[in-house]
Amino acid sequence: MTATPGHNSFDPAASRKRCMQYRRRILDISQHVSALHAAGAFSCMELTDTCYHGLMRPDGQDTFLMSKGHGCMAQYVILEDRGVLDRKHLDDYCTAHGILGAHPDYGNPGIEASTGSLGHGMAMAVGMAIAERNKAGGSADAGAIYCVLSDGEVQEGSTWEAFMMASTLGLTNLVALIDNNDFQSLGRTSETHPSFYPLDEKLEAFGWETAIVNGHDAKAVYDAVAARKGGKPFCLIGRTTKGKGVSYMENVPIWHYRSPNPEEYAQALAELKEIAS
Amino acid sequence: MRNTFAEVLYELAKDDPRIHIVVADISPAGSMGKFREEFPERFINVGVAEQAMIGICAGLALKGMRPFAYTIATFALYRPFEMVRDDLGYQNLPVTVVGIGGGVIYSTLGGTHYAQEDIAVAGAIPNMSIIAPCDPVEATEATRWLVAREGGGPVYFRFGKAGEPTLTGPDSDRWEFGKLRYLRRGEDVAVLSYGVITKMAAEVADALTADGNSVSLAVCHTLKPLDTAGIADLLRRHKRVIVVEEHAPQGGLAPQTKQIAWDIRAECDLHTFTLKDEFVHCYGSHEDILAAHGLSVERILATVRG
Repeated sequence: MTATPGHNSFDPAASRKRCMQYRRRILDISQHVSALHAAGAFSCMELTDTCYHGLMRPDGQDTFLMSKGHGCMAQYVILEDRGVLDRKHLDDYCTAHGILGAHPDYGNPGIEASTGSLGHGMAMAVGMAIAERNKAGGSADAGAIYCVLSDGEVQEGSTWEAFMMASTLGLTNLVALIDNNDFQSLGRTSETHPSFYPLDEKLEAFGWETAIVNGHDAKAVYDAVAARKGGKPFCLIGRTTKGKGVSYMENVPIWHYRSPNPEEYAQALAELKEIAS
Repeated sequence: MRNTFAEVLYELAKDDPRIHIVVADISPAGSMGKFREEFPERFINVGVAEQAMIGICAGLALKGMRPFAYTIATFALYRPFEMVRDDLGYQNLPVTVVGIGGGVIYSTLGGTHYAQEDIAVAGAIPNMSIIAPCDPVEATEATRWLVAREGGGPVYFRFGKAGEPTLTGPDSDRWEFGKLRYLRRGEDVAVLSYGVITKMAAEVADALTADGNSVSLAVCHTLKPLDTAGIADLLRRHKRVIVVEEHAPQGGLAPQTKQIAWDIRAECDLHTFTLKDEFVHCYGSHEDILAAHGLSVERILATVRG
C-alpha cells in the first residue's frame, strides 16, 4: 500500500503561476487584517499546492492536514481557487461576521482538523491513516494523508511520539511534508538549536523514508513523493525560505505576524513573480 | 470494573468496526487481550506516549471511528491535557478517554498516580462529558451507551480498577445518561455519591437506616452534564442530604450540589464529604488513603449524627 499520486498531469509551470497568484491574494487580504502569518504561508505555498494539485487524487479520498496551523492562508487561497471556500469567506477573514480565523477550524469547508497549537497534527494524521487503512481493509487504495508540518513543531515531543507510531504501524498511506524554513520566533533554528539537524537521519532512524528537496520547486516535491520506494511512511523535507517571494519578508522574523503597510504592499506586488525552480 | 468494560467492548466490537482501542502500555489482560488478538488492526498500543494516544484517537474519530483511549487516569487526562482539550474538546469528537483508577485508588503508588481533581479538570473543558460508574453494572450500561450514541463529543470515563462489588440491583432506577438514579428510596435522609466510593455511601445509608431513618441512596454517575433538576428534586424531598465524593473539594459534585441548593433555596441540612485539597503522603490501602483525607464511614456518621 503506497500513497501513489493518482494522476501524472502535474504541471510545474501551472503550479508556478498559481503560487504567484496565491501569494498576491494573500497580500491583498493583508491589507484588511493585522495578523496574517504571511511569511509562514509563503514558506509552505509550493508544498501545499503540490499536495492539492498533484499528489492528492481528484476524487476526494485523500486528506490534507495543515499541522502548522499558522500556515493556513496557503490552504485557504487554494480552497478558494478550487471553489471549496467562497471569495466572501476570505474577504471576511478574521472578522466577527466571517468563519475563517488565523488557524484552521474543523467544520469549516475543506478543513479536516483544527490546528494552531503546534505538535498536534502528526498524531491526528496517524489516526486518520489508521482509519483509512482499516476502512479499506488494508488495500493499496486506502485514502492517503498529506500532512504539512513546520520545522519548529518538529521540536515538540508529541510529534516524535507520532513519528514513532507511524512507522511502527507501517502506515504507508501517510506523507509528511516538513516546511523547513529554518526559522522560529527567536531566530534561525540552525543557530539556536543546531542539534535539531540533521533531520532526515533522525526520521530515518525512526523508521521513515525521507527525501530533501528545494521546497519551492513544486516539480521536485512532486517527483520526490512520486518516486518514493514505499513500504514506510514518507517524509519530504522541503528546504524553504520564510517569506519567500517578497525580498523584505524573506528570513525576517517580524513577518511571522506583521501585515505590510500600503507602500510595502505595493512593493511586494511589484516584486512577486513566478519562482523559478 | 475495567474487566467488565473490556468484555463489553469486545462483544460490541464484533459487530461494530468503528470501535478502536488505543492504549498507552497497559497490560492487555482478560478481555482486552481477546480484543487485541481478534482485532489487531483496531487495537493500538502507542507505548508510553499519551499525547500520541489522544491525537491518534482524534484522527480516528475525524474519519468516523469510535475510539477509546485507555490508560491510568492521571496519564489519560493530565499528561496529554492540551490534546484532550484541543483535539477532542475543541473539535467535539466522539472519543472516550477511559481513566483507570480515578480518585486515590492507586493508594500505594503515591500522588503521581492519584487522579483526585480529574472531575474538575475534565469538567472545565467545553463539550466534555463525564461519566463515573459506581459498579460493574453501571460500567456496562455506560459502555453500551457510549458505543450506541449517534453523535456527541468527548467523554471522560472515570473508572475504578478491578474487584468492585455490585451496588446496583433490580430495584435501582434504570441507568440513563445525564440522569441521577436512586438505588433505594427513603423519605428523611438522602446519601448522594458516584463512582467507587458509593460503597462507603451505601454503608453510611445502611447505618442511618439501622438508626431508624428512612434513607435514599442516589448515584450521580454523569457528572457532566449534571442532572441539576434531579439534584434539586433530591434536595427538596429530603430533610438531610449527605454528599460523599472521592474528589478534591473544588469542581466536583459536592460544590455543585451546594450551588444548586443555594439556587433553589433548599431547606434541608446539607453535609458534604470530599477529599482534602492536599497531597497526602500516606501509603496503605485505598481505605487508608481515604481515611487520611477524612473519608470514612465512622467519621461521616459521627458528623451527621451530631
